[in-house]
Amino acid sequence: MDVTSVLFYAFSAILLFSAFKVVTSRNTVHATLYLMLAFFQASMVWMLMRAEFLAITLVLVYLGAVMVLFLFVVMMLDIDTESMRQGFWRHLPLAALVGALMAGEISIVLMDGFSAMPAPGPEAGAANTLALGMLLYTEYLYPLEVAAVLLLVAIIAAIALTLRSRKDTRHTVASEQVKVRKSDRLRVVKMDAVVPAAAAVETEEGQGSK
Amino acid sequence: MNAVSAIGLGHFLSLGAALFALSIIGIFLNRKNLIVLLMAIELMLLAVNTNFVAFSYYLNDMNGQVFVFFILTVAAAESAIGLAILVLLFRNKSTIDVQELDALKG
Repeated sequence: MDVTSVLFYAFSAILLFSAFKVVTSRNTVHATLYLMLAFFQASMVWMLMRAEFLAITLVLVYLGAVMVLFLFVVMMLDIDTESMRQGFWRHLPLAALVGALMAGEISIVLMDGFSAMPAPGPEAGAANTLALGMLLYTEYLYPLEVAAVLLLVAIIAAIALTLRSRKDTRHTVASEQVKVRKSDRLRVVKMDAVVPAAAAVETEEGQGSK
Repeated sequence: MNAVSAIGLGHFLSLGAALFALSIIGIFLNRKNLIVLLMAIELMLLAVNTNFVAFSYYLNDMNGQVFVFFILTVAAAESAIGLAILVLLFRNKSTIDVQELDALKG
């Protein structure tokens, strides 16, 4: 048993264990942390297959951004975890049956069909990032730009969904401020220079203070 | 000798299959927590990506890794919008129980 086999089985065991803990964990924060562990183990498995760029991208994008997004949402919501565990294991027989059936059938078919496929030589994929970049920026340039637009749409959608205008804050309307005219704010009051009566002074001041 | 002589393509594909089956089990079990359902979907996409990388490596074809790149993009967009919908849902109904979300009478 060579080093790669040992590494593969170790990474796979931790990956499957953490995936199981993700779906059965009592605490949602723990589930998110186990999801981080699962993604990290998967990136290590990809590293065994010499997909270095994708492995590092998985760590950077998912562990750096998406998992933090999950953690942020989990901590923001106030969830009653105890009521969520009611009847949790009730669906276990059906779930285990379906899962075991799927994994067993796929494994039987694939282990027979693909175990004879020879592994590529050590020189294959020596410059993974270079090869990926050459392909991505020539043949897949148009899909790459579509993916960029998709990310932009996702940004706008996420902001537009969660944005709400608060009613208890004071705010200025910029368009009304721009469109304001002199006559809306300033009123010139014509009056005599000398006002003899005291009653007339009060009325004039009341108008002028506006 | 090759570096991965003992580990064949079938091993990696079986790993992906086991991961996918675990995610299916998670979707069956978590009927009340929408966040864990989203996490299970992320795990499914991870299993599919592992299959893509395995085929790309053993067939010596870089196109599979390019597809993994695009799947990662779509998965990031999906989780961002999904979590935004989740926050909106919790703000309106004060619950993320899947069984309470029956406004469409489906």
